[in-house]
Amino acid sequence: MSTVLLIEQTLNGLQFGVMLFLMAAGLTLIFGVMGLINLAHGSLYMVGAFAAAGVAAATGSFLLALIASLVAAAIAGVIVEMTVIRRLYDRDHLDQVLATFALILIFSEGTRWVFGSFPLFLDKPAWLSGTVMLPFGIEYSLYRLTIILVGLAVAAGLFWMIARTRIGIQIRAGENDREMIGALGVNISRLYTLVFALGAALAGFAGALIGAIQSVQVGMGEPVLILAFVVIVIGGIGSIKGALVGAVLVGLTDTLGRLLLPQLFGLFMDPSAATTVGASLASMAIYVLMAGVLLFKPSGLFGGA
Amino acid sequence: MTEPILKVEGISKAFGALQASKGITLDLRQGEIHALIGPNGAGKSTLIQQITGGLAPDAGRVVFGGQDVTTYSTAARARLGMARTFQISSLAMEYTVLQNVVLGALGARGGVFRFFRPVMKDKALLAVARDALAQVGLEEFERFRTSELSHGQRRQLEVAVALTLKPRAFLMDEPMAGLGAEGTQRLMGFLDGLRAQAPILLVEHDMDAVFALADRISVLVYGEIIATGTVEDIRANPLVRSAYLGEEDAEGVA
Amino acid sequence: MRRETMLNATLMLILLGFPLWAWSVDEPFLITLSTRAVIFAIAGVGLNFALGIGGLVSLGHAAFFGIGGYAMGILAYHAQTYTALAEWPVLIEGTKSMPVIWIVAIVASALVALGMGALSLRTTGVYFIMITLAFAQMFFYFTISWPTYGGEDGLSIYVRNGFPGLNTMDPIQFYAICYAWLVVVLFLVHRAAKAPFGLMLSAARQNGARVQAVGQVPYRLYLVAFTISGAITGLAGALFADLNRFVSPTMFSWQTSGEIMVFVILGGVGRIFGPVAGAALFILLEHVLGGLSEYWHVYLGAILLGVVLFARGGLFGLIAGREVAHD
Repeated sequence: MSTVLLIEQTLNGLQFGVMLFLMAAGLTLIFGVMGLINLAHGSLYMVGAFAAAGVAAATGSFLLALIASLVAAAIAGVIVEMTVIRRLYDRDHLDQVLATFALILIFSEGTRWVFGSFPLFLDKPAWLSGTVMLPFGIEYSLYRLTIILVGLAVAAGLFWMIARTRIGIQIRAGENDREMIGALGVNISRLYTLVFALGAALAGFAGALIGAIQSVQVGMGEPVLILAFVVIVIGGIGSIKGALVGAVLVGLTDTLGRLLLPQLFGLFMDPSAATTVGASLASMAIYVLMAGVLLFKPSGLFGGA
Repeated sequence: MTEPILKVEGISKAFGALQASKGITLDLRQGEIHALIGPNGAGKSTLIQQITGGLAPDAGRVVFGGQDVTTYSTAARARLGMARTFQISSLAMEYTVLQNVVLGALGARGGVFRFFRPVMKDKALLAVARDALAQVGLEEFERFRTSELSHGQRRQLEVAVALTLKPRAFLMDEPMAGLGAEGTQRLMGFLDGLRAQAPILLVEHDMDAVFALADRISVLVYGEIIATGTVEDIRANPLVRSAYLGEEDAEGVA
Repeated sequence: MRRETMLNATLMLILLGFPLWAWSVDEPFLITLSTRAVIFAIAGVGLNFALGIGGLVSLGHAAFFGIGGYAMGILAYHAQTYTALAEWPVLIEGTKSMPVIWIVAIVASALVALGMGALSLRTTGVYFIMITLAFAQMFFYFTISWPTYGGEDGLSIYVRNGFPGLNTMDPIQFYAICYAWLVVVLFLVHRAAKAPFGLMLSAARQNGARVQAVGQVPYRLYLVAFTISGAITGLAGALFADLNRFVSPTMFSWQTSGEIMVFVILGGVGRIFGPVAGAALFILLEHVLGGLSEYWHVYLGAILLGVVLFARGGLFGLIAGREVAHD
């Protein structure tokens, strides 16, 4: 196996991880501040992707498409928060799971109704197509590299926002003590809507970015949602730093597992069997990682207690 | 003198910079009521948690019935006969009063992993449960749902459940809290007789009750036992007066 | 008789009478619909044992449903291809015998539930939900990428497995088997709920500290409950696979987990017969709404949302009163 392939796959893992971070960050913020588990987060990812695909098809502009994904997902988030989610903050997790599961059904089938079952395609813009030359003679997709950089920039922005801005202070206060933010004179219901919209926008943005690599279709959000859950379990709930570390760990484990496990089994099995066994086990790798974290640190790497 | 049933030996516990327990040593002897008093934030709850197994001490050990139980779980300590009541009533609120005491009797007897015979028709368990209810005077309420009980009745039920646990010692965390004068009087009368069955480590804010009931008193201030002795010793102890009782008087005025 | 008891009896009579009527007027499709309802009910009763009594919000019960399904699929596949399942260390062959398949399905899903529970129950609350969901997804991806048993396409079994003395290909006879299982499972779960285990398990849900204070360990109670729950849902999976004569990774999907939970909720959490009402209602909605629109899941979502936000007791709560009886 060449080093070039290894580095390329490591970058792919990083790209995957960064995208998972965008999902997990919103989920973990929403849980941290409002105590809500939101299964419909994957639907907001899908909304972002569909909005981007629609706008790109109409205008031909990728940048407008990205902006549309942010706006559409945030608006969808605000609507959902004000009509449904708001009623769930005081409910138990079971009710939250069921209501947001119901939202998935409505979002998914509603989208299928409007757009049909066939996948849409969102093309990378010409100025992000092709490859770039990295050090050590590695040729890498410019688009994927851009995702990594954009994702890291968003992560940095989130850290800055939470550490330095007023809204960040309110979010941290809300995570520690819900009654305290009321005492601080913060409009709680507006803060909640804002945090939910922020999480939704991040999810929608991720959906649009990934939509240009994969196809845009109904049901695209939930597998990512479940991976984001794995990220949160590993990183520790409510922690943005945990979400980042967990996301990169999951991204790398999955991508490198798919590359390395078949080769590992190839050392002592015939090639076709090794490919089969390796690929099957690689599909379980991140869950094994999660199980390992659970064994040693049930509250996650950066979780409290 | 017989060996104390419960010995706390040099327990220390810190939460970050906060030293919640500083080398606490105390014991509970057969037949006594040993009251633990101290101002809010003195570390009483932390100590109780370490005795019952909810928190692991950083140093020191807990000996119960001659066994070192420092590493035992809460459940294991309970099965050895460490019967506690909670500061905030901690009952199965959906259950009837009778179900709550049967639960205690079942937990103490064991045989929980049985799946076929109705537990509420188990005569042996029912007998233990009804006996405990009768002792605290709740026998007429056995069919009531626990959530329908008054605050005072819930406190009584807490004690009744503790009675079903084949107790060798009671740990009671502020059993009089919120009881009112009459309720407190009744419970005091009951605890007075109860010490013959098993000794009681009593955490209590009501000073009148403590001075009336306790054989010995330990005073906990800032994670340290500053004095242990009889009621007279404690009343006379200048250290206690300045550190604790003075403050209590001030609160009483306010 | 209490209203809830009346409702239970009515429900079971309808589930007995409707397929018999369908049989008498020769409507095998309606019998098959009823069979689906009964099998879903068994899966829901399984989840309800952990969720309703123990309060364990598992979003991973598709794992057990799928394990049961694949237990059937794999055993029957080897029997129909005349290949051995394993030759070493001992020769294991496939089988077309339902009773053997049931035992394998129950044991296999119980073991998986034991392992999954042992890990997941180290956490609580929202972690538990996410972890169970994730583990079920692991099985989903594994079956997709494991080509031996059909991978993504699944496995078709040409002839329904056999039960001594019955013609299982006859819809009404297969229905009878499933109905009998539902009765057995309901009876056993009902007894367990009233037994020492049920008393202690429900207490653990209501107040974990109380259970510890009476000398018991919630983790052990939860683990046993989760294992039994998984075994029951696994049995339902085996029956479901036999009904369709087909298994595929879809049985492991998160939608399946969600739907099993929907059966429980539509009927009413914590009622032994709740999932039976829920599953029947689900099938009814699927049939009626599915006839109205291809996109009937939108309506299902709206109804579910309405139930969660405004009618928390489910069907049983509406008809039999809000409070769950404990006696």
